[in-house]
Amino acid sequence: MSGSAKQVRQLDRVIIRFAGDSGDGMQLTGDRFTQETAAFGNDLVTLPNFPAEIRAPQGTLPGVSSFQVHFADHDILTAGDAPDVLVAMNPAALRANLGDLHKGATIIVDTHDFTARNLTKAGYQDNPLEGDSLDAYALHTVDLTGMTVEAVKEFGLSRKDASRAKNMFALGLLSWMYGRPTDPTTSFLAKRFAKVPDIRDANVAAFKAGWNFGETTEAFAVQYEIKPAVMPPGTYRNITGNLALAYGLVAGSVQSGLPLFLGTYPITPASDILHELSKHKSFGVTTFQAEDEIAGVGAAIGASYAGHLGVTSTSGPGVALKSEAIGLAVMTELPLVVVDVQRGGPSTGLPTKTEQADLLQAMFGRNGEAPVPIVAPQSPGDCFAAAVEAARIAVTYRTPVLLLSDGYLANGSEPWRVPTVDELPVIDPAFATEKNHGSGDEAEFWPYLRDEATLARPWAIPGTPGLEHRIGGLEKGDGHGNISYDPANHDFMVRTRQAKVDRIADTIPLIEVDDPSGEAKVLVIGWGSTYGPIGAGVRRVRKAGYHVAQAHLRHLNPFPSNLGEVLKGYDKVLVPEMNLGQLSLLLRGKYLVDAVGYNHVRGLPLKATELAHAIGELVGQAEGIDIELGVWGEPTQKEHI
Amino acid sequence: MSTSPLTELGLPAMRSGTELVPAADGPQTGKEFTSDQEVRWCPGCGDYAVLKAVQSFLPDLGLRRENIVFVSGIGCSSRFPYYLDTYGMHSIHGRAPSIATGIATAREDLSVWVVTGDGDALSIGGNHLIHALRRNVNMTILLFNNRIYGLTKGQYSPTSETGKVTKSTPMGSLDHPFNPVSLALGAEATFVARTIDSDRKHLTTVLAAAAAHRGTSLVEIYQNCPIFNDGAFDAIKNPDTKADAIIPLVHGEPVTFGVDGAKCLVRDETTGGVKVAMRADVADDDVLVHDAHSPDPTMAFAISRLTDSGYLNTSPIGIFRQVERATYDDQAREQVATSRSTVSDNDTADQSARLAALIGGGDTWTIL
Repeated sequence: MSGSAKQVRQLDRVIIRFAGDSGDGMQLTGDRFTQETAAFGNDLVTLPNFPAEIRAPQGTLPGVSSFQVHFADHDILTAGDAPDVLVAMNPAALRANLGDLHKGATIIVDTHDFTARNLTKAGYQDNPLEGDSLDAYALHTVDLTGMTVEAVKEFGLSRKDASRAKNMFALGLLSWMYGRPTDPTTSFLAKRFAKVPDIRDANVAAFKAGWNFGETTEAFAVQYEIKPAVMPPGTYRNITGNLALAYGLVAGSVQSGLPLFLGTYPITPASDILHELSKHKSFGVTTFQAEDEIAGVGAAIGASYAGHLGVTSTSGPGVALKSEAIGLAVMTELPLVVVDVQRGGPSTGLPTKTEQADLLQAMFGRNGEAPVPIVAPQSPGDCFAAAVEAARIAVTYRTPVLLLSDGYLANGSEPWRVPTVDELPVIDPAFATEKNHGSGDEAEFWPYLRDEATLARPWAIPGTPGLEHRIGGLEKGDGHGNISYDPANHDFMVRTRQAKVDRIADTIPLIEVDDPSGEAKVLVIGWGSTYGPIGAGVRRVRKAGYHVAQAHLRHLNPFPSNLGEVLKGYDKVLVPEMNLGQLSLLLRGKYLVDAVGYNHVRGLPLKATELAHAIGELVGQAEGIDIELGVWGEPTQKEHI
Repeated sequence: MSTSPLTELGLPAMRSGTELVPAADGPQTGKEFTSDQEVRWCPGCGDYAVLKAVQSFLPDLGLRRENIVFVSGIGCSSRFPYYLDTYGMHSIHGRAPSIATGIATAREDLSVWVVTGDGDALSIGGNHLIHALRRNVNMTILLFNNRIYGLTKGQYSPTSETGKVTKSTPMGSLDHPFNPVSLALGAEATFVARTIDSDRKHLTTVLAAAAAHRGTSLVEIYQNCPIFNDGAFDAIKNPDTKADAIIPLVHGEPVTFGVDGAKCLVRDETTGGVKVAMRADVADDDVLVHDAHSPDPTMAFAISRLTDSGYLNTSPIGIFRQVERATYDDQAREQVATSRSTVSDNDTADQSARLAALIGGGDTWTIL
């Protein structure tokens, strides 16, 4: 499409939120805008936010679904605190999201749905588009639905079908405003609706009409330009956490030469891992949708026993159900990857919202002394490497591993530099093939005779002659592995299982501290998906002229071996988490450090601005100074963050 | 294996349950299948008889020992795998069918057995049992039914008769019991049989048929617990009463029982089920002929209902149902094989190249 004669203004970053009814196609709209943005070369981070109900009552606040995308000409870490632009498809979407906007933000509303009935459903007494309540914002009222219906009338669709293309009209308008490439979306629509030409053509027409409307109407005077970001060399793609995690599991299978077996039960927000892996049978992947969570992990343990890479994927409630079976994998010392895509809890909690409150469940949620290694990715793309790492630990050490993702990582996306296969670790399953105890006619296979370096036991799979053996949940005698009730043996085996997990620290990297000035008195340490917000908060504090150090944990059990030393190097340690202080508890317990928590459990990622204030406050205390963050304490888009 | 309806129709026979399991190099003995572990059941426990029968039966299967896997749950009978020198896993309560499903699906070259009890299979693990049966995973489930909880010292089980006085039910149990055979037929199991711990010959015959069946075979084994439920099966074991108590089922044979075959089964026009009649009162053609291969489980279910739900005075014994249906694991492997056949090679280099193509797929851009 041709360039515009309108004024073009440069921006370094923009945060857009698309919001509408859960049937309005906001996730698709956001996803398409993201793909266009990725193709354009901006750095980006996304935050989908949708209700647990598939179709909540239309037009109501609980039914609002939104998709936020933050994109920039530089490297960014979060989906942004406050949107610069809100696209609201109905009164409920406006009302539900208005509170997140900063003054001066742009609001584009579809006036079509601002009927008396919908206003009432959203809880408005008066039409907010008519009074002065939105005067602080740059409000654009557009009859998106009406124009969409007009634009697609040649295709003879019903009014309902015609108006459903309004999300593409909105996408076209926003694509024009921010100079996004349109080819990815038109080819996407052609493919998606290939079997229904009328719908395909209507969506393409609506998309183009939205673009042309932006270009021709006087209502939008400015087009914005956000230059591509400078990123390290490599091949990039935009990827969500669940997709990256599924790819990581396939990579773990290829790198170990073990066929992947996923035993699982559908659960939000983990189901997409099952959906994705079920497409990759050509890699030898078997996916088993079990009758329940327990059968999912049970089948994965069975497959591991039979020599496959057993994986089970779930969320917190599923981990609760699988706990006993994970304990069995601890006792039988079989490789197993347990993926927990955390969501708000307890109980059913907030199925579609994010939280990181399963850390202690992962750490301790089993009967007896049942240590399980824990690995946590820090961003959507990082889910790939974290999954490979979980597979490496599981296979090398013959142990279940908990891989703690969360809802934000699972559904959020970012540009990901695709690694080459050479960069991935080679994982050696080292199956046992020979008897390992005694010699000659007396030779036997002892299933609990351990490797001296790793303390891993031999993994002899059925079909291996001469190594027939029995394992199970009862305590095993050291070495021979027969049932043992001997008190000293039990004490020894409990300590040995713990020692084996502790030994993993020998093969994980030391924790690195980002402390550019070397003068920081405060260390901010986190784990999992808080990496982005913490990093953004730290940048703000540094921009304001203060010193702060940052470190982030990928391995939660065992911790990197230098962690205690690192913590002791700082006067104060801040631990931001989307829970009530679970990592804080572990750090305090293990290292006797006075960790200060910053904790929110709102079902949403932490915000960079609030973290900047929390960090600033602690820096002030540590250095005995007053902290003034100035503009760096405001959620504004004007500055280079 | 008895004649299949497919071969009768001139169609190829269903694959045997152990067809893909490597055969032993030569004759084997029961001793080879006996582990060095001391057997620790109570004296007189029915489990000993079943263990002996299995140990002496396994050599007849003619399979390589290392390709046999026994998986159990929790309970007295679930100690079984420790006493067999095969591969084995003594797992957690009720979950053996799910673990066995993973093993059987992962590996076509293994003969997979589940050993479970009435509490393990029908109470805590009921869900896994019915789903294994409906999926028809290639494995044989030996359900030791002693109608009591033994390992936890004598509480009533899901197969105990109503009104049973136990430690946990001093005024009598209130629950209506499961009939394991009816339950399995309701779950559309493809092989359902019942046998008795003390009848080595019948037990062995049923085991052979179960192992030969491709799919999930459920074998209910009446097993006496001499400590907590002694005599539960006296009626069918006592030489004086067993002729009247056991209704023997043999495919293709008229169902007659009782002293001198005085009783038989006939269709019950009133209920649509079956009932017991005196042979002398029934015309030859009206005696029910057992058809274990009927695709419709209705008649097998009707026969299963002749089992007493209270004290066991009568019970049908034998193979209730044996039909052919594609197994879950064969089909799962076939889907994988079909997908793999669409790609060039499956060597390491090829896998790496395809992995690179997978993760580097989608809309990508390159920064130099």
